[in-house]
Amino acid sequence: MPLVNGGRIVDDSFVKLAVDTPLPEGGDILVPAERFLGEADALLKRSGKVGVIWPNNRDIAELVPYLGKIAAVALVFPTFRDGRAYSQARLLRERYNYRGELRATGQVLRDQFVFMLRAGFDAFEVKKQADAEAFMQTAKRYSVFYQPTGDGRITALHRRMQLRHSEGVGT
Amino acid sequence: MYAYDEIDRTLVNERVSEFRDQVKRRLSGELTEDEFKILRLQNGVYLQLHAYMFRVAIPYGTLATNQLRALAHVARKYDRGYGHFTTRQNIQFNWIKLAELPDALADLAKVGIHAMQTSGNNMRNVTSDQWAGVAPGEIEDPRIWSELIRQHTTLHPEFSFLPRKFKIAITASDHDRAAIKIHDIGLRLIKNEKGETGFEVLVGGGLGRTPFIAKTIKHFVHGRDILSYIEAILRVYNQYGRRDNIYKARIKILVHELGIEKFSREVEDEWQQIRNSSLQIDDEVIEDIRSRFTYPAYEKLPHMPDELRQAAADPDFEAWRKNSVAPHKVQGYSIVTISLKPTGGPPGDATAEQMDALADLADKYSFGEIRVGHEQNLALPHVAKRDLPALWKALDKLGLATPNVNLITDIIACPGLDYCSLANARSIPIAQELTRRFANHELANLIGRLHINISGCINACGHHHVGHIGILGVEKNGEEVYQITIGGRADENAALGTLIGPGVKFDEVADVVEDIVEAYLALRERPEELFMDTVKRLGVEPFKERVYATR
Repeated sequence: MPLVNGGRIVDDSFVKLAVDTPLPEGGDILVPAERFLGEADALLKRSGKVGVIWPNNRDIAELVPYLGKIAAVALVFPTFRDGRAYSQARLLRERYNYRGELRATGQVLRDQFVFMLRAGFDAFEVKKQADAEAFMQTAKRYSVFYQPTGDGRITALHRRMQLRHSEGVGT
Repeated sequence: MYAYDEIDRTLVNERVSEFRDQVKRRLSGELTEDEFKILRLQNGVYLQLHAYMFRVAIPYGTLATNQLRALAHVARKYDRGYGHFTTRQNIQFNWIKLAELPDALADLAKVGIHAMQTSGNNMRNVTSDQWAGVAPGEIEDPRIWSELIRQHTTLHPEFSFLPRKFKIAITASDHDRAAIKIHDIGLRLIKNEKGETGFEVLVGGGLGRTPFIAKTIKHFVHGRDILSYIEAILRVYNQYGRRDNIYKARIKILVHELGIEKFSREVEDEWQQIRNSSLQIDDEVIEDIRSRFTYPAYEKLPHMPDELRQAAADPDFEAWRKNSVAPHKVQGYSIVTISLKPTGGPPGDATAEQMDALADLADKYSFGEIRVGHEQNLALPHVAKRDLPALWKALDKLGLATPNVNLITDIIACPGLDYCSLANARSIPIAQELTRRFANHELANLIGRLHINISGCINACGHHHVGHIGILGVEKNGEEVYQITIGGRADENAALGTLIGPGVKFDEVADVVEDIVEAYLALRERPEELFMDTVKRLGVEPFKERVYATR
């Protein structure tokens, strides 16, 4: 499954651990939430980066004490019609000021890229190669956004206000 | 009228090109039907019994004449020459071809019409009072706020994959014509003691297999906070709404399971975190939207023009005027409701020719504006009273002057088994038969206000729970059986109807309705006592006795 990060297809430095996989010596690891919360101290002492795979039915606030210490949070879309992780993503970025990698996993298709970018995701485990290759093109599909989110894109309402004020100059 | 600016137009065009790409990928097999299903639903495309059905949004029920002509064009070019107006200010086309859909959307986009979020588990078309902006006594035009919310809910990055569909309706009049109490969020525009605009917010209304009347979650939310408050409700719903069972996924179930107190505390906690954010709306933003709604330059006209006085001699005109013409906030003008319920016709259908002709009449007599109401009728919102006789003649020629608005033949019905893949029973033929039974306008007038709502399955698209007489078609041992309720209503006193007894067969439905009506005529205290009031006074028992005594 190709990983898109920074708009490009990249190698994934992270290895996903199951609940009972033995801990590798070094290297970057993505750990399920339950295991992470159980062994956080030991995991964070290792040399490699640590990321957490957080299920979409668990309160993301539980992760807040660790946000400064982890390198990645992977949120889950069990099917692309299940949109709970969009709320988790916005909370992480906008309420808890998380600045590390925010990865979308599960059924990730190109038709969700814009929504995901707006919600604060910056890394994408894309289901289909063709979708991953079309990432940049798809991400640029929209130039108008009606809602303010943490991604900083200017909203239609704001753009109108700017236009109004610039038109007002000299009149 | 609201005029799209370059920003709105750009977004609609970007959406069309995205959908064109999605259709292309489906036709090439790149997208599976399962993947495509969600994507097409987000753009109003259902797969029905015979073909794809295409649902187009008419936000808050306001149409310009060029938009109505574009709908006629789509009916003619891509469909079979007609369209069906729904109970949520949408129009549906029943015979569209998938490969042609992107072109149909592009044609509509040219006049600022789209089909975004007219189906799927997202925020649906925002609906409002079809008399918004012209009803006497209205607090202010609710469409300004409807448009604000329309924009905010369009392609929302957090709430486009909700547990289930989500519907918002707004009213600003004492008499609720927008049925806000049967919506996921109902907004009643009010003023606080300082004269500032805000909303009573209701939540958790809805029909379907588990009907609920919405409950008040907050008595006053200031206008500047309305987006953050809606966002808080949606965030709670998106996270905690059930996703394990499609029949328990609507917000009404969450509100019911948590209780309104706990649900409102959750929303309040969330709201306090986001209310002072960029979601706060300042007056300038509202003024900007308001400035793009244009209002007619009304003339100073007499209350009773000569034309109207002369036409009063014609009993047919008078029958229509008394039935279909309502007071306007400006003297000398009227609101004219156009019945799409002709005797023997399917409720809510209009042909391409009717739509074009109506657009011409709206240009001539209604400042180029048409409205669509949830009762599946249309309205011309600004007709000078002096023009009423001429307008009536023209409407009559088009078959659009049936004087049955709000009467027993003004039936709301879903498409039912004739079109819909979910239906268990036919709806339209029941409606057609009832319009024939009660075709005599004197009889219909004698009966007075009486709404019959018909659904062909438990999903309740025909709003049967809130019909004064509600008819629900179900399937039992391979046969269509109809359950009859009475006493429902969808207005400010919204209530769910009560079942009167065992279901009846297709052939018996019209007889049963006649029995109920005869019982009412015999039981009412005086002619002014409406059916609803008699049911309220006496309960269902006497009606039940009458219906089942001989069955």
